[in-house]
Amino acid sequence: MPIVTDSQRSATRTQVRQAITQQNRHLPSIALSVTLLIAVTFTLLTLFSLLARIVTQAIPAFSERGVSFLSGTIGSEPDKVGIWPGLFGSFSIGIGVLLIAVPLGIGAAIYLEEYAEQNRLNRFVVVNIRNLAGVPAVIYGVLGLIIFVGWLKPVTNGGTVVAAALTLAILVLPVVIITSMEAIRAVPMGLRDAGYGVGASRWEVTRDHVVPYAMPGILTGTVLALARALGEAAPLIMIGAITGLLPETSLSGKFTAIPMLIYSWSGRPDSSGGNIGWSNAAAGAGLVLLALVLVFNIIGIFLRNHFEAKRVGT
Amino acid sequence: MSTSDSPQESVALGGGADVSTSLAQEQQMKSDSMDLPIFAVRDLSVKYGEFRAVRDVTLDISEHEITAFIGPSGCGKTTVLRCLNRMNDFIDSAKVEGRIDYHGVDLYHEDVNPNEVRRRIGMVFQKPNPFPKSIFDNVAYGPRLTGGMSKADLNDLVEKSLRRAALWDEVKDRLKASALGLSGGQQQRLCIARCIAVEPDVILMDEPCSALDPIATARIEDLMQEIKKDYTIIIVTHNMQQAARVSDRTAFFTTEMNTESDRRTGVLVEYDTTNKMFSVPSDERTEAYVTGRFG
Repeated sequence: MPIVTDSQRSATRTQVRQAITQQNRHLPSIALSVTLLIAVTFTLLTLFSLLARIVTQAIPAFSERGVSFLSGTIGSEPDKVGIWPGLFGSFSIGIGVLLIAVPLGIGAAIYLEEYAEQNRLNRFVVVNIRNLAGVPAVIYGVLGLIIFVGWLKPVTNGGTVVAAALTLAILVLPVVIITSMEAIRAVPMGLRDAGYGVGASRWEVTRDHVVPYAMPGILTGTVLALARALGEAAPLIMIGAITGLLPETSLSGKFTAIPMLIYSWSGRPDSSGGNIGWSNAAAGAGLVLLALVLVFNIIGIFLRNHFEAKRVGT
Repeated sequence: MSTSDSPQESVALGGGADVSTSLAQEQQMKSDSMDLPIFAVRDLSVKYGEFRAVRDVTLDISEHEITAFIGPSGCGKTTVLRCLNRMNDFIDSAKVEGRIDYHGVDLYHEDVNPNEVRRRIGMVFQKPNPFPKSIFDNVAYGPRLTGGMSKADLNDLVEKSLRRAALWDEVKDRLKASALGLSGGQQQRLCIARCIAVEPDVILMDEPCSALDPIATARIEDLMQEIKKDYTIIIVTHNMQQAARVSDRTAFFTTEMNTESDRRTGVLVEYDTTNKMFSVPSDERTEAYVTGRFG
């Protein structure tokens, strides 16, 4: 004698089918997805309109001048200027920042994560490094002016590319340290145990296992830091980058950088005559700066992929 | 704690040389008596900050035997195990009291080089933790640290170690492949091979089978029997049947409520031959645990 009859069973089935096939019309979820979509669209629109504006503005500079826009020097006529001194300055600063901030930043991060005891002093140091990452760039400019242009004049020769690279390296150092520390902290404990378990010293474990495993994360931080350093103008104004005539480019003389040119040229009025105005020159310089950052990013991404492949042991 | 990593530093501080001579002499005198245990643990207590994890552990461990540490969670068996090769050095808050003699040498003496200790007292961990490198490089890592080995010798050593760990036949055709592509059981045997490759004296195993299925577990247990004639093995396990199957001696730990705080501290209840521990334990807590009435 069945307790559940066939008709009861089929009724239950129909009910279940209806319940699970009903359209999901939960109003708050729909509202949320729409809001999020608007946020994304707004961000993308801003980005693309910015890019479109820069590109269209920059076209005259490149189509009229061609390579001479890159290789020419700064002048007082918008249709004759070139950005070579700025390109040289920005590229040198980029290399300098990499050479100074990356070893220092990774070193500090390794010390703080692997070597330093987790005590009150260590926590105080870390909190302050985090705070330093939020200090306005112009403050670092003041610091650079006093230390690297003033006190270290025998080394930097005053307001030169060297002083600029040092200043910007100090500016991005907290970012490099923090991202590297986070990457190092994410290294599984088991990997360290494995190294120590076969008699490796702390240094050997750090060198052979911790740093290689953390490298992709460290590189991401480095690329972000470098992009920030290349884009800064305020600290360069403080340490005396010039915007006028610069007859020659060198590591020990006066210098300028692309953000300085953009800043300076954007403020000048477009003359009525000529095909290229100052706004076109500024946009051209902006496009070159974006390309420069992109080049450094691509190198960073290639390196990161290389280290990520190593992480799975191939 | 970073200073304890560099023996040179303690010598450079002065007086180190004298102490090491006396330490060596002490060792010489002690090793003259033949029945010296490989480990002599005396009144070992470990604190993590204010928290006392385990207290007053005293036991001797004999060579070429498998000793099992059993007990409920939090009883301090892993903590004691990690003291035996100074793995607790890396936990900032850990403080070790009492004395552990290894071949008659005080392991926590300032002249002892902890890296050398860990080379001689290898460790296999709960979760298989191969390096993200090739199978070959995993096994070769330890020997390469000491260096001075020809390529042919290294190849031989890697093969020998993988054979001993009963893994060679499964991986001989893909030594250059990533170790992370192996199954859990294979990874754990690779970790044992990596440990064997540095030719240790003792192998510490911290719940080596807890992440493995029964077949992989059986292989590891067979392997332990196979290699125990060359090594002294100490294994921490949650699994009483495993302790009964593989070990010669068993130490049972449990937790005791502290009178001053409501945190629990691990204590050693009983330590004897495995046979006796599982048939006629002398402490009723041991009996309750091994018969499954508690824990």
